Amino acid sequence: MTKIDSKIPEGPIAEKWTRYKEHQKLVNPANKRKIDIIVVGTGLAGGAAAASLGEMGFNVKVFCIQDSPRRAHSIAAQGGINAAKNYPNDGDTIYRLFYDTVKGGDYRGRESNTYRLAEVSNNIIDQCVAQGVPFAREYSGYLANRSFGGALVSRTFYARGQTGQQLLLGAYGALSKEIKRGSVKLYTRREMLDLVVMKDGRARGIVVRNLFTGELERYSAHAVLLATGGYGNVYFLSTNAMTSNGSAAWRAYKRGAYFANPCYVQIHPTCIPVHGEYQSKLTLMSESLRNDGRIWVPKKKEDVEKIRKKEIRPRDIPEEDRDYYLERRYPAFGNLAPRDVSSRAAKERCDAGYGVGPTGLAVFLDLKDAIARLGKDVIKARYGNLIDMYERIVDDNAYETPMMIYPATHYCMGGLWVNYELQSNIPGLFVGGEANFSDHGANRLGASAIMQGLADGYFVLPYTMQNYLADQIGVGPIPTDSSEFDNTVKDVQARIDKLMAVQGKEPVDYFHKKLGHIMWEHVGMARNKAGLEEGIKLIQEVRKEFWSNVRVPGTPKGINIELEKALRVADFLELGELMARDALHREESAGGHFREEYQTPDGEAMRNDKDFMYVAAWEYPGDDKDPILNKEKLEYEAIEVKTRNYKTA
Amino acid sequence: MDLKLKIWRQASPTDKGQFVDYDVLDISPDTSFLEMIDILNDKLVEKGDDPVAFDHDCREGICGMCSMFINGHPHGPEAATTTCQLHMRKFKDGETIVIEPWRAKPFPVIKDLIVDRSAFDLIIQEAGYISVSTGGTPDANAVPIKRENAELAMDAAACIGCGACVAACKNASAMLFVSAKVSQFALLPQGKVEAKKRVKEMVAKMDELGFGNCTNTYACEAECPKEISITNIARMNRQFIGAKLG
Repeated sequence: MTKIDSKIPEGPIAEKWTRYKEHQKLVNPANKRKIDIIVVGTGLAGGAAAASLGEMGFNVKVFCIQDSPRRAHSIAAQGGINAAKNYPNDGDTIYRLFYDTVKGGDYRGRESNTYRLAEVSNNIIDQCVAQGVPFAREYSGYLANRSFGGALVSRTFYARGQTGQQLLLGAYGALSKEIKRGSVKLYTRREMLDLVVMKDGRARGIVVRNLFTGELERYSAHAVLLATGGYGNVYFLSTNAMTSNGSAAWRAYKRGAYFANPCYVQIHPTCIPVHGEYQSKLTLMSESLRNDGRIWVPKKKEDVEKIRKKEIRPRDIPEEDRDYYLERRYPAFGNLAPRDVSSRAAKERCDAGYGVGPTGLAVFLDLKDAIARLGKDVIKARYGNLIDMYERIVDDNAYETPMMIYPATHYCMGGLWVNYELQSNIPGLFVGGEANFSDHGANRLGASAIMQGLADGYFVLPYTMQNYLADQIGVGPIPTDSSEFDNTVKDVQARIDKLMAVQGKEPVDYFHKKLGHIMWEHVGMARNKAGLEEGIKLIQEVRKEFWSNVRVPGTPKGINIELEKALRVADFLELGELMARDALHREESAGGHFREEYQTPDGEAMRNDKDFMYVAAWEYPGDDKDPILNKEKLEYEAIEVKTRNYKTA
Repeated sequence: MDLKLKIWRQASPTDKGQFVDYDVLDISPDTSFLEMIDILNDKLVEKGDDPVAFDHDCREGICGMCSMFINGHPHGPEAATTTCQLHMRKFKDGETIVIEPWRAKPFPVIKDLIVDRSAFDLIIQEAGYISVSTGGTPDANAVPIKRENAELAMDAAACIGCGACVAACKNASAMLFVSAKVSQFALLPQGKVEAKKRVKEMVAKMDELGFGNCTNTYACEAECPKEISITNIARMNRQFIGAKLG
């Protein structure tokens, strides 16, 4: 316990952030020019932070894995972004947004961070409007809102079904402005393969692979910010982009950064179901559809059979034979129950044999009633792009027949441990956005990921990083030829050489798919002790097989996509095991982590606050030893800890 | 289904490059186009051959990374669809499919089907934003914006920066891309302050980078996976003339 210092400022919760800003250290403009900052990742958190830090006068080097910063996976966020503006006058406040987020996270997040998130949420909307983000508007010309899961107010701002795209392009614009001005230098098609930590324990640089030349490049700075997203692709199939990976975070872990709550993964309830072994990714259908779509499965098993055999159509099943199971189980929130609850409810129905579709692993999301109530044109205006996308992928018309959906891996609440300043336990290593663990507890509410990314990037990190950098002004430029840099490059080179030398028979994806199956089966929506123990064994076996039978063709020079994938999968094969270990040790159900042994008689998650109200911050002790568990006790002062309830308001 | 592929292979930017024939067999019509290429690549890797290099990332039609020129169309034959969202059910069993990279001078080929589109970033860096810094902005509802304008701005802002418009154009013009950004901001009160400067600088940069002129063939609009309208080009031209006149 002594090792963990969360650095939460003193004072009442609503004053903590103000007090922090009032007392933090600053760097004068002349000195800012002497300070270098590395930002890895150009999504909402990284892009916004790099732009803001550049504006302030720091020298920023920003890295992205794609060909342009505009392609980071934040771009795929669909439904919206929360803020406590209370424009609809429906009773929203900063406290209520904070409360909903903490409750939604099943009381496993850090209260002070979540409050700050809610506090700056309104600034984000102001900032984005000033940048020219074309949010949806009412005929009055004022901003429109809609509802999202886990809330009883409408606080979600949106730009059609492309909110993440528009917010990211806003941040990309801000970043581009700073690149032009010369305060930010952009490095594209670079993948971070290691973190450089100096003898004094500070993070001072990164080693990246230039994905075009294959060269290993060294970059130094006075502080490093990782904004590299989540590790959901450990499941192989997820809603993440193909290059989304956990390697930057995992390499930081292996250099001493704590990895917090890796078992908290969000399985999103509304994705297009899996349809074949060759499938490369899963596509999300925005949660916003649950505003108007009703989720159901047939009540009678014979109807299920007939639908599977295509003897009847879903529309032929009369109302009284439909089980709107979310409305039945959670009358107060209904179809807008939070994601973890909705996903488990879908799994419960499918496991009980009521799932539809060719695999039996799907439920209906039906827009019929909304179309009858509002007309097709209104539904088309709201969700047209999603309905079109659904048709392109599954060749079905959701205006005529209900969509089929099923849960899929979407978001990682777990991530690198950070304190209130979003600094990891390695001094000088900051972590923002999905890559850190702090704000969402064990489950994230819809429309809160992009809120957190931009909160971290625009409004938190520019302050907290400056506080750290204030005593770095006399350090001078950091050379990249130190022994620490040399050794880190050597380690990376050795890893690449080892992979190239295996010359086995199977391509990387073969192992990735195998790992994905194990993770989904044993560390997925429902977990249990025996399954997790078995999962750990299986992961170790695949890892062994990988290192003796993977085939990486070509050479490390130039573009080598198989080598890129192999490096990522090698890390996933280790990270997956830590997720399973974390899930095994957490003998309770909380949010996205559902242990079958710990549930109420009616199948709801059962927390164990007495023994598990803490953040599990795992420490890497070396390859041959078990990871060390450090605990950050969670204390709730501004909020009463209760059993989560979505049945009544 | 069984397919014959003719794929452009080019080892490096300086390599001459050539079409290479491949057969892929027993492909499910529900496979996406890129998954079909994944299957081919796994076969190539198993044989120890170099897999086909291509850009892709989100695979849900929004990142703008995928960029294949398929049977004479950027992103293939289906309207309003990126390569990653194209499915094999749109092709016929036994069909020959020709796959090339984007062909345009400002987008040099790097390897196989990967091209360098950093010219687009350079155009945006020139002036494709509102120069607001973080913080100190007024309340988001301080300035009402006509819904119609917000919707038109969103139509323009939906551009994913894939470059299909340039690849479709016989002049390799970037007018649709540039005009979409110019229009988005021209339609919003926040964007008006810098409107003249923006359009002049972005157009000048576009010309400098070697993109060609617009000769009104409308190929860009027809091939755009996000259906960005050429009315944006007309709006940009008006803006540009207005800016030149002072």
